[in-house]
Amino acid sequence: MKAGRYGVYGGQYVPETLMSALIELEETYERVREDPEFSRRLSWYLHEYAGRETPLTYCSNLSRDLGCRVYLKREDLLHGGAHKLNNTLGQALMAKFMGKRRLIAETGAGQHGVATAIAGAALGLPVEVYMGEVDTRRQALNAFRMELLGARVVPVASGTRTLKDAINAAMRDWVANLGETHYLLGSCVGPHPFPRIVRDFQSVIGEEARRQVLEREGRLPDTIVACVGGGSNAIGIFYPFVNDDVALVGVEAGGEGLESGRHGASLSRGSVGVFQGALSYLLQDGDGQALETHSVAAGLDHPSVGPEHAMLKDSGRVRYEAVTDAEALAAFRCLSRTEGIIPALESAHAVAYALRAADDLDRDGILVVNLSGRGDKDVADVASLHGGTA
Amino acid sequence: MSRIDDLFARKNPVFIGFTVAGDPGIEASLRVATTMIDAGVDLLEIAIPYSDPVADGPVIERAHVRALGAGTTPDDAFALVREVRGHAPALPLVLFTYYNIIHRRGADRFFAEAAAAGADGVLIVDLPSEESGEVAPYAARHGIDRILLIAPTTSPERQHAILREASGFVYLISLEGVTGERDRLPPNLTGLVGAVREKTDLPLAVGFGVSRPEHVAAVAAAGANGVIVGSALVRLIEEHSSDETAMHEALATAITALRRGLVPDPEPDIPRRARIE
Repeated sequence: MKAGRYGVYGGQYVPETLMSALIELEETYERVREDPEFSRRLSWYLHEYAGRETPLTYCSNLSRDLGCRVYLKREDLLHGGAHKLNNTLGQALMAKFMGKRRLIAETGAGQHGVATAIAGAALGLPVEVYMGEVDTRRQALNAFRMELLGARVVPVASGTRTLKDAINAAMRDWVANLGETHYLLGSCVGPHPFPRIVRDFQSVIGEEARRQVLEREGRLPDTIVACVGGGSNAIGIFYPFVNDDVALVGVEAGGEGLESGRHGASLSRGSVGVFQGALSYLLQDGDGQALETHSVAAGLDHPSVGPEHAMLKDSGRVRYEAVTDAEALAAFRCLSRTEGIIPALESAHAVAYALRAADDLDRDGILVVNLSGRGDKDVADVASLHGGTA
Repeated sequence: MSRIDDLFARKNPVFIGFTVAGDPGIEASLRVATTMIDAGVDLLEIAIPYSDPVADGPVIERAHVRALGAGTTPDDAFALVREVRGHAPALPLVLFTYYNIIHRRGADRFFAEAAAAGADGVLIVDLPSEESGEVAPYAARHGIDRILLIAPTTSPERQHAILREASGFVYLISLEGVTGERDRLPPNLTGLVGAVREKTDLPLAVGFGVSRPEHVAAVAAAGANGVIVGSALVRLIEEHSSDETAMHEALATAITALRRGLVPDPEPDIPRRARIE
């Protein structure tokens, strides 16, 4: 397999100006991952600052209702409220080692922007976050949170004014400011080496979960479920299990239903294409133009997906399913009431699939759901969808 | 001899214009191209509109949005090339595209259609030499020059790798950044042109940020064989979108003024700092 490729997927489809930055990034990454000082400092930030390790919670109420043993990997308890900080602390520290003086990032729902703002504040690097104008309104609270953390939020008024346009804007900034700026990409997407860097920094989720489930159950789980937008929380929990006899299921945004055309299910319904630097699955029209997507969960509302997921789909190692907005909203309320845990709407997609998948497991079957984030950010939205009644 | 080779053999330096197919509308786009050619463009780059033009600044991005909004497809871009070819049989035409347009169509079919329409070269802005093996055989099969880019950030080793594959001419990116007008060009332009000149006999054309007659003059003085103007012309289309006659006058006036930068001061009384606004 060629460097930077996952099967046929991945690669570096970027303007020539960016190539030197990608080469520098790859070289730095190879260097720091062998550097004990880097590992020591990252480990300190993850444990003492971010709150790792996160619990693997046995859900006794849900297990009773579903008739199997259900565990949640609690990334919702990580500082910032989502798995995003694993990656932003890793990359921000890398940027320090590279001598960069400024971080830029894109954000959709705002979780990655907040996590970058947190990492920037902790490590003393100024942060600018590109956010689609539509999202700055939909997610006003997170925009405010970023500014509170000292970051500058730059509204993006081009294209569809959402996440993909924020990525485009961040890439344009990076091209113009390569010397001093690190582009802190938030998911396992984009040109090599980003998919690999993000996967490696997120793999801490799966490494912990593996150790925790072995300690608790003395064996590996039967099934692991995670939601997939770009796919970073999913690849993080899947990767340490890919060579094991464990069923891995990625859950995409089914939106208003796969037949409606209004969804974000690039693996279920997309075709192979090049988008924002990588060859992967893509929701596109017959000419190769990216299509508009839809999901109640802003973090899953994206036309493409990380290239490693594309490979895992083709090989059959991971099964990809879709869950609709309505199912995700039902799971959002179900988990809140059953376990007293309000999941992020993104993570509620994984919970919704788990509610379905439990039927296939017997009483001793073990199901692990990656609860990638907490739902506080979504409470106001859900309240308005339900006319104010919980 | 190809039309591109023939042009650079006859003229030095040459003036290269850029337009997005379908901007401001599918039919209006042919009139724009015709005006640009009649006003003195030596080579025309025609971009296929794309939903996510990451290498472009805001002015050209909005042109992509206008063209897509008008319903322009790659088929329409090929049709435009065919019609422009009819209007200007000897003028070199280069299709400027993002790679997914080619990937979706299939490279063999894309280059066959480009050749049949009358294009001489194809420039794929997001396909660096590391990935270009995917298209190289098809471009060669259909006799299309692959116009490759070199940036100020391109290392000497990569310059060599790029120049081994390039044909037609080499597109030198003047600065770190996306397309778009700038107040001034970077001071090291002569250095960049000179460094690449040592490594190749291919013509060198400089683009990105070139928007004023004095920029054109600076590019020519740096030893480039061609100067590429995009955003400064595309902006005139946007500014005059409600008055097509004024749009064509503005384009013709701007091209005439910019071209004057190519000639080293024929008439001293021409105001050298006149801006194209």
